[in-house]
Amino acid sequence: MTDTLPEAEIGRARRRKEDGRLITGRTLWTDNIQLPGMLYIAFLRSPMAHARITRVDTSAAKTQPGVVAVFSGQDLADEQGSLPCAWPVTEDIVIPDHPPMAVGTVRYVGEAVACVVATDRYKAADALDAIEIDYEPLPAVLDMNEALAEGATPVHEGGNRSFTWQFGTGDVDAAFRDAPVVIERTYVQQRLIPSAMEPRAVVAQTDGDTYTVHSATQIPHVLRVMLAATTGIPEHKLRVVAPDVGGGFGSKLQVTAEEVLALLITKRLGRPVKWTESRSEGNLTVHHGRDQIQRISLAASADGVLRGVKVDLLADMGAYLMLVTPGIPLLGAFMYTGVYKMDAYDFTCTGVFTTKMPTDAYRGAGRPEATYAIERAMDELAHEIGVDPLEIRRRNWIKHEEFPYATAGGLTYDSGNYEAATDRALALFGYDKLRAEQSDRRDRNDSVQLGIGVSTYTEMCGLAPSRVLGSLRYGAGGWEHATVRMLPTGKVEVVTGTSPHGQGHETAWSQIVADALGVPFEDVAVLHGDTASAPRGMDTYGSRSLVVGGIAVLQACEKVKENARQVAAHLLECSPDDLEFTGGAFRVRGTGAAKTIQEVALATFAAHNLPDGFEPQLDAGSTFDPEAFSFPHGTHLCAIEVDTETGESKIRSYVAVDDIGNVVNPLIVEGQVHGGIAQGIAQALYEEAVYDTDGNLLTTTMADYLIPSAADLPDFTTDRTVTPATSNPLGVKGVGEAGTIASTPAVVNAIVDALSPYGIRDVAMPCTPERVWRAIQGGTS
Amino acid sequence: MIPATFEYVRPTTVEEAAQILRNAAGDDVKLLAGGQSLLPLLRLRLAYPAALIDIGRIDELRGVRDEPDHVYIAAMTTHDEVVKSAVVQEQCPLVALATAQVADPAVRHRGTFGGSMAHADPAGDLPAVALALDMTFVVLSADGTREIPAAEFFVDYLETALEPGEILLGAKVPKLGPGWGFHYEKFHRTAQAWAIVGVAAAVKRDNGTISEGRIALTNMGTVPVRAFAAERRLPGVPITNGYGELREAVSVAAEGTDPPTDLHGRPDYRRHLAVVLTERAVRQAAV
Amino acid sequence: MSRITVTVDGTKYEEEVEPRLLLVHFLRDRLGRTGTPIGCDTSNCGACTVLMDGRSVKSCSVLAVQADGADILTIEGLAGSGGWHPMQRAFHEEHALQCGYCTPGMIMASIDLVQDNPDPSEEEIRSGLEGNLCRCTGYCNIVRAVRKGAQELGAAQ
Repeated sequence: MTDTLPEAEIGRARRRKEDGRLITGRTLWTDNIQLPGMLYIAFLRSPMAHARITRVDTSAAKTQPGVVAVFSGQDLADEQGSLPCAWPVTEDIVIPDHPPMAVGTVRYVGEAVACVVATDRYKAADALDAIEIDYEPLPAVLDMNEALAEGATPVHEGGNRSFTWQFGTGDVDAAFRDAPVVIERTYVQQRLIPSAMEPRAVVAQTDGDTYTVHSATQIPHVLRVMLAATTGIPEHKLRVVAPDVGGGFGSKLQVTAEEVLALLITKRLGRPVKWTESRSEGNLTVHHGRDQIQRISLAASADGVLRGVKVDLLADMGAYLMLVTPGIPLLGAFMYTGVYKMDAYDFTCTGVFTTKMPTDAYRGAGRPEATYAIERAMDELAHEIGVDPLEIRRRNWIKHEEFPYATAGGLTYDSGNYEAATDRALALFGYDKLRAEQSDRRDRNDSVQLGIGVSTYTEMCGLAPSRVLGSLRYGAGGWEHATVRMLPTGKVEVVTGTSPHGQGHETAWSQIVADALGVPFEDVAVLHGDTASAPRGMDTYGSRSLVVGGIAVLQACEKVKENARQVAAHLLECSPDDLEFTGGAFRVRGTGAAKTIQEVALATFAAHNLPDGFEPQLDAGSTFDPEAFSFPHGTHLCAIEVDTETGESKIRSYVAVDDIGNVVNPLIVEGQVHGGIAQGIAQALYEEAVYDTDGNLLTTTMADYLIPSAADLPDFTTDRTVTPATSNPLGVKGVGEAGTIASTPAVVNAIVDALSPYGIRDVAMPCTPERVWRAIQGGTS
Repeated sequence: MIPATFEYVRPTTVEEAAQILRNAAGDDVKLLAGGQSLLPLLRLRLAYPAALIDIGRIDELRGVRDEPDHVYIAAMTTHDEVVKSAVVQEQCPLVALATAQVADPAVRHRGTFGGSMAHADPAGDLPAVALALDMTFVVLSADGTREIPAAEFFVDYLETALEPGEILLGAKVPKLGPGWGFHYEKFHRTAQAWAIVGVAAAVKRDNGTISEGRIALTNMGTVPVRAFAAERRLPGVPITNGYGELREAVSVAAEGTDPPTDLHGRPDYRRHLAVVLTERAVRQAAV
Repeated sequence: MSRITVTVDGTKYEEEVEPRLLLVHFLRDRLGRTGTPIGCDTSNCGACTVLMDGRSVKSCSVLAVQADGADILTIEGLAGSGGWHPMQRAFHEEHALQCGYCTPGMIMASIDLVQDNPDPSEEEIRSGLEGNLCRCTGYCNIVRAVRKGAQELGAAQ
């Protein structure tokens, strides 16, 4: 035994344990699963945005080669139930029935109307062509304002308003009354398609009594509960596995029609079934993100000090409410005050039904929208009173000495240092030099104008305190569970309720355990994503895994250590209080006597010599329910060149300085920031799900829905400042969404800044070359 | 997604391919080259051919030949082979420049020169190049070969002058001689996306001025379009002394075009782009 | 049905296939070589990229019958007895993957890129990978990995 302590694992740029299988193609994606006798499901989907189904004839399809069964919605009407919405945000919310396959009426293009079950995927696809369905068209409902107007075609009985949710603090009328400066703006958060690289897939099987579902899901635990509730299969007879999952970004935080139907079909036919989505099917039917119209008003003093903020939001629910559809705008409701101080805040949100694919969580979920609106509006305020965008922020943000700070948004930010992050970002960016170049280009009337965009964002992470979720009427809690098992040989198994799909939990949790138990990083294995091996969990979304699940791992380790301390004390014939735990060993203070945790594990396994009454095991579980959210923040700066002749915007440099508290693995953190920034830029410049006037999605393929490639994006300069979170013992804040939340307004602020000499104050997202060009021509963008 | 069923034959000679094609008269038979446009269409079930005749392996349809007055590019030469061909780079660099911008490297390994031409997508990059360079397409017909000038080859959206039963063998790319410069200017929203507008430009320089220019436009109509009005104004435009005259000359670049509307641009924007990009293409070609 | 002979990762297969069978389904469903995933219908995403006779192709846009006689190298055939291919190692070292779904295609495309250009600049890497989409990494670390992989491949020669 050596007395030199090993290097702390937390904070180390460990290469990921997950990588080996991913870079060699030994991954277990759901579509890789092939089982004896397996059948393949293919769905026939509605070509109409809104129509009555007047006739369904599946008889010809049933006679096609290889076809085992064909089902229409009507065929399964008695057992398919209704897809769940777990977030009834108000008491009087309208939650329409949502059959997994349409019965009677279709309400968006892509809605499943029938399915074929066949012996291979080619034959299943062929038989779809033989299903005959007649539709009687109904008017498509596409525009939220029109949907709410008198006499609008109702998407569901009960009208197109799902709910109106309000929140406020302070006297907002007083704040706006006689305010010297009032800024009112309307921003449109375009509809986005999450586009995880792995399309959805599900495999369901049964032995006649129990059921196993493999799904490309972020939420195996939630899915198990919901599938049990929807199908009536008892929870203890149902196992859900999320094998390797190829990205989610919120899109796999869902209980989908295809999952429910695969389970029901395997139940009916007694054979394993698989469904794998094609990308064009996925663009139609993976829940979409964003799609809000935001009306934001700021009241400020003559020198730009904020008095109050009002937000009036229309949120497009699409045709149905899915798992957390109505809750998404609420996740932003508390963030429209951003990093700023003010006296009063008022927020109203109306959820609206349209005949489009339902919306739901997409990376950031509510917070990118909120951050965009306030960060864009702050630039407008700066412009209005004639100061630099950074200056308006300095005049209004919470100063580092003012934390903890209770915001007008109703939250208490525990820690932060906006000045430090901004100073660091400015130094990396070369702000003054770029401003000088901008001024020079303006003077020269250069055809390429330079714009500088600022985004000083914060967000709330660590979803979430269960009590808070309860007060918002969410159907579940926000705790997370972990179990830590000491194996006889001293190796450690961690069972986590988080469900990683790219985040690297196997690596990061190993680092936490290595430090807590003093075992080598390599000696830790992490089990996840299978309700049989990891029965308790709330899964992975909302930048919660480390902040909640990582803490559960840490706490479970502490319990294991305390159990081990009892055994070590017994073996060393001393009091547990005489032991200190360093370097993976319990040492008797003042003597050289020690027992390593591995020795203790083996002794516990043998159980020959344990304290009286001691159960022969060290394992422990812990469930962590945070008392508060965490609040990452940071400053992102974007320099963009706008070609005024073509309207093209090209990012020249991008600097992100994020404060996400303490860091477990800087490599993983940097990767999360990079990817987040890319997705935020994609919203600003490239991506939009477009429906035509009949409600047909025009962006059904990756040839039409433009996801940026390496060739379209610049390198990002990233750095960090650290103010630890006070709401958890690791001082961590969460990083999964920060980049996405911060970057979109940084980019659009830069474009508007570049175009400011033309009198342009807004360009709708995505800021396509055509829109920018039209704005310059003086037309509407 | 998954293609519907089809028959498949893979002839080894052009004559055999032609025979199969003639015998199939009346059936919906398609020639399969590299398949980089056709396969996505089949997978999305936007096309249901009864049979595919795979001509991608016919040796005589592959390769680049340096002839006295032209370069012959056989139809099944892949984009990658075209880009890397020393003959193409030296004798008709515009073809190499534009081909290097077709799709992405993996697609260029499979996609073919002739396949792109015969697909006749007005958003494709090569048809405009064919037009700008006055290529001549060589076609195998029932009664021997015939030649079709590029100007007559692109008939309508995804439609060429190829008759049923005819096979595109290749194209003759005239050698323009010394003094010419070339550029292909492609404007698109992401690197992978189709051109909103593209401009193929060939410019002859003579004592600091442009003496002759040829300009063809991608995605400005149902077929690639030659910008004759702008071409007529190019002779005499100085190359070095600012670009005021060039801008004036190319201001008519969009004349006679009928550009489409899609997610990325309406016609007026495309017409504007055609002018801006023509100026850039000519400028690049002239330096 | 057509009879084809294809060598995949060093093993020769003779199979009867429907002409419409996509190469990627042949690899995955017929041969069980599931290391190569499918990400789209339109050859945009590049997740299914393999080397066919030494050059990158998108195996979702090649028919199995078109691969008759070809030598296919997939991500699963890349590592040898000496361990990971330098490009695989570089992706691991530079944290160039998160969910890993694009990774097989990205690595195969990178190997192809470096074949043509043994010392690519950042810009050349970015444009060389334009046909491979990643939703997780923002590409920064992929670019770094390809440079590192290129250097190691160069050093190995």
